[in-house]
Amino acid sequence: MNRMRQSVEVTGDTDAVAIERTLAGDRDAFRVLVERHSQSVFRLAYRMVGNQHDAEEVVQEAFLRAYQKLDQFAERANFGTWVYRIASNYAIDRMRQRKSEDSQRAPAVRATEEGAAEMDVMSMVPDGAPSPERLAQSNQLAAHMRRALIELSPAERTAFVMRHWGGSGIEEIAAALESSSSAAKNTVFRAVQKLRQALGPFMEQRGQARAMGTEL
Amino acid sequence: MKHPNEEELIAYHDSKLAGGPTDFGTEDGGDAAQREAISTHLKECPECKTELDRIDAVLAVLDSMPVPDPGEDYGQRVWKQIAPRLPEKRRRWWEFGLSKQSSSPVQSGSVWAASLHPRRLAAFGAVAALMIVAFIAGRVTTKHGTPDATIADSSKVRERILVMAVGEHLGRSEMVLVELSNAMPVGGTGTNAKQVNIAAEQRRAETLLDENRLYRQTALEQGDTAIAGVLDELERVLLDVAHSPQEVSAAQFETIRERIESKGILFKVRVVGQELHQRELSAQPSPGEGRATQNERKKI
Repeated sequence: MNRMRQSVEVTGDTDAVAIERTLAGDRDAFRVLVERHSQSVFRLAYRMVGNQHDAEEVVQEAFLRAYQKLDQFAERANFGTWVYRIASNYAIDRMRQRKSEDSQRAPAVRATEEGAAEMDVMSMVPDGAPSPERLAQSNQLAAHMRRALIELSPAERTAFVMRHWGGSGIEEIAAALESSSSAAKNTVFRAVQKLRQALGPFMEQRGQARAMGTEL
Repeated sequence: MKHPNEEELIAYHDSKLAGGPTDFGTEDGGDAAQREAISTHLKECPECKTELDRIDAVLAVLDSMPVPDPGEDYGQRVWKQIAPRLPEKRRRWWEFGLSKQSSSPVQSGSVWAASLHPRRLAAFGAVAALMIVAFIAGRVTTKHGTPDATIADSSKVRERILVMAVGEHLGRSEMVLVELSNAMPVGGTGTNAKQVNIAAEQRRAETLLDENRLYRQTALEQGDTAIAGVLDELERVLLDVAHSPQEVSAAQFETIRERIESKGILFKVRVVGQELHQRELSAQPSPGEGRATQNERKKI
């Protein structure tokens, strides 16, 4: 494992060099790109699909597709942004597929899984929080955010994640959603509006508690 | 200027982050002017300023949403998982021996070591064997009958082979899950228990995980969403096991066990495994039987 890490650090190829070598037939050169961009693609994927299992699948599939389509990659473009877009597209497909699978399952099974998803959020709150009360509040906030994102439509979630966390331009979002630029703008706006509606009341409560000095 | 609406304030927030004009504004080059106008308005209008602060606060809190850390070696793990599935680019098979000139020996060695790992070879060997058998079976059945009947026959044969392979896969998965459920922590049970070594189960889970992904994708492609659904649930549990430390604390072990039990995955794996076994035994089930078993499965 350490040997692998060292080898990437030693090669230190830029993305452009790694792409060129991969296209020339050096499959191992693609590893530099995978190791360099996996973490950020994972963060994007996780925010889109909402669970680690699917996010990891999205990451793998994104790099597989990137490798297959590498000869279509324009040299001037940024590889990170390009693979983001591939990951976003696959994540949208995965969410649609998941939705159709979920609709065929019994409500009881879905309820159990939703409960498990909430538990995942709880387990992600970092250890070492100052007090159980503060931890409970962080958990509550994390659960609120998670729920708010889940309740967005796949297109809204994609648009918001790409715009807010991915730094993508509207044209890029429109391409991923296969929609017009104005429709993509509206989708981002709707997403932010829904998130405000979902999280606003909770934020107000926290603000009031802070003002009254009762925040834990 | 009149009060900006919510959409304009969100666009303004966006332009603040971008540090300049944004593509959210007008398309006739009026972005900068609009931004300036809103900025001036905000200095004079406490209501709009408060509204913008609320937008900023909600979006800022979303930035604090936890995302699990996949680990420092995540990139390497992704590479290990996808490397065996990457086809060679532009390289002919007879060039293989010469190609190492362009890549470092360390890189090539590690990748080939990864792809030649016994677990990977076992997983891909199983799938390759399945494909060969399906191909041969398809060839044998194509020697008789009309073209339509031939297509139907070969697709049935392929389906039966998939059924057989998935059935065996579920059997092996069931064994791992049962062994995990029955494992005992070293040093007693309950709160006195110390560590549980699940290294052996973990290795098997990793192999099963690779197979599981391929079978799930095949089942999805064939439209068998019920099998794909069970394989998907199984994959989550296998992933948990494969990603756990080799030695887990009694509490961590209990969490894994609870996860297996709470989702009833063991039961589902057994039921689908048995059903597949039945389907395998009845070489050519009547259409009525096929529908009946499918209906049974959907009840899971």
